[in-house]
Amino acid sequence: MYVAVKGGERAISAAHAWLDETRRGDPALPELTVAQIEQQMPLAVDRVMAEGSCHDRFLAALAIKQAKGDLIEAAFLLRAYRTTLPRFGVSEPLETNAMRIRRRISATYKDLPGGQVLGPTYDYTHRLLDFALAAEGSDRAEAPQAEVPAGAVPRVTELLAREGLMQREEATDAEPGDLTREPLAFPAARPVRLQNLARGDEGFLLALGYSTQRGYGGNHPFVGEIRVGHVTVEFTPPELGFPIELGEIGITECQMVNQFKGSRTEPPQFTRGYGLTFGHGERRAMSMALVDRALRATELGEDVTAPAQDHEFVLYHSDNIEATGFVEHLKLPHYVDFQSELENLRTIRAALAREAMQEAAE
Amino acid sequence: MAVLARASGEEIAALMPELPAHERLRAPETGLVMVRGRAGGDGNAFNLGEMTVTRCAVRLGETVGHAYVAGRDKRQAELAAVLDAALQDPARRDALMAAVIAPLATRQTASRDADARRAAATKVEFLAMQTTR
Repeated sequence: MYVAVKGGERAISAAHAWLDETRRGDPALPELTVAQIEQQMPLAVDRVMAEGSCHDRFLAALAIKQAKGDLIEAAFLLRAYRTTLPRFGVSEPLETNAMRIRRRISATYKDLPGGQVLGPTYDYTHRLLDFALAAEGSDRAEAPQAEVPAGAVPRVTELLAREGLMQREEATDAEPGDLTREPLAFPAARPVRLQNLARGDEGFLLALGYSTQRGYGGNHPFVGEIRVGHVTVEFTPPELGFPIELGEIGITECQMVNQFKGSRTEPPQFTRGYGLTFGHGERRAMSMALVDRALRATELGEDVTAPAQDHEFVLYHSDNIEATGFVEHLKLPHYVDFQSELENLRTIRAALAREAMQEAAE
Repeated sequence: MAVLARASGEEIAALMPELPAHERLRAPETGLVMVRGRAGGDGNAFNLGEMTVTRCAVRLGETVGHAYVAGRDKRQAELAAVLDAALQDPARRDALMAAVIAPLATRQTASRDADARRAAATKVEFLAMQTTR
């Protein structure tokens, strides 16, 4: 039952005006530009693009500004905006092997072809607040450059697969399911699971990945390889009929190497957990890879005992835009619902009181 | 087209002050392309997420030019479509390649090289450990 509620318009419009004012902050300070956010908060931009499931650095930066830095709200804004745009088609699958690498590390091999390239990383920093950053206009040293070594940078998983120690991925021409077109259904195929995880909430993925390490469906992972860099996106316009380059996007890829005790048809070998995300997001890609591997439990004949291995639990709760929508909808008027609950409770309490009086009388 | 896809509309326009007269077959329009990855890097394809793309189609004399470029720069898409058509004309091709494409390509290569050189400087040389022992 709905009861028309009117009378909030003036309050709402005043609330919005105040919201704008609080976004701007102290007017004596210069206003933050979208370009500044895009350039100087690149990791926030990357996260919003990943969770908003839409690669556009400027739009993500604008969303961050509009959302006053609330990254889930910003991802929501980006997701909403994408629904206003037509879909031209789908890209060719990214060739991450041909990535223009900024960072590439492996925790399984010290010396490997292509080497360990640290790139612009926070690893090995001391996590001490740098007060020099509080001073404006301080000069930063330019990053050094060195001769680029020749030679290929092969995948670690490929090195293992060549020895027969790494399970090969199933590679067919199957058309993957698309969550933007069809709702999630179970059992969910791996491509759909990967799409779901790729846009999942980083905190949720991190906590689930962490839970697998702490024994909830442990899969004993090693970081086979993390790659951060740029890949070319190719697309075949229907009117041309051949693939053209749309440009480059930044991505992060993580290949987790996990034990697998083998099955009746397969010898003991390593298996993969895979993480891929827009921008520079190592924590995100690693967490995704851990959860991807945990979700493969059933197909690898492992017992499903932990939350991270439970398809419905993981895939239904990973999306922070759906989650925030359902949690925050509790703020909306539930006056009628609540009146009925109240009525119910009063009736029960009255009945109990009557019974108690009767018992006392007897 | 790969070079034009990586250049901004402003950059292209600066190298091509006189835009040849053309007819818009499809005005610049922004939409989305679903970007795909592969499970494990080399397995079955999956949908990673979308990216904004702007397309444009023009007619230049008898020739049709098409452009699809990452992002929402409509000027870039239109200039790329015009150049796509113009570059199919053998009479204009060499001049345009030299005046527009080559300088953009040089700039892009320089930026990519600088990135690769910065990455190379962060490559770990484990041998250094042994020499200090």
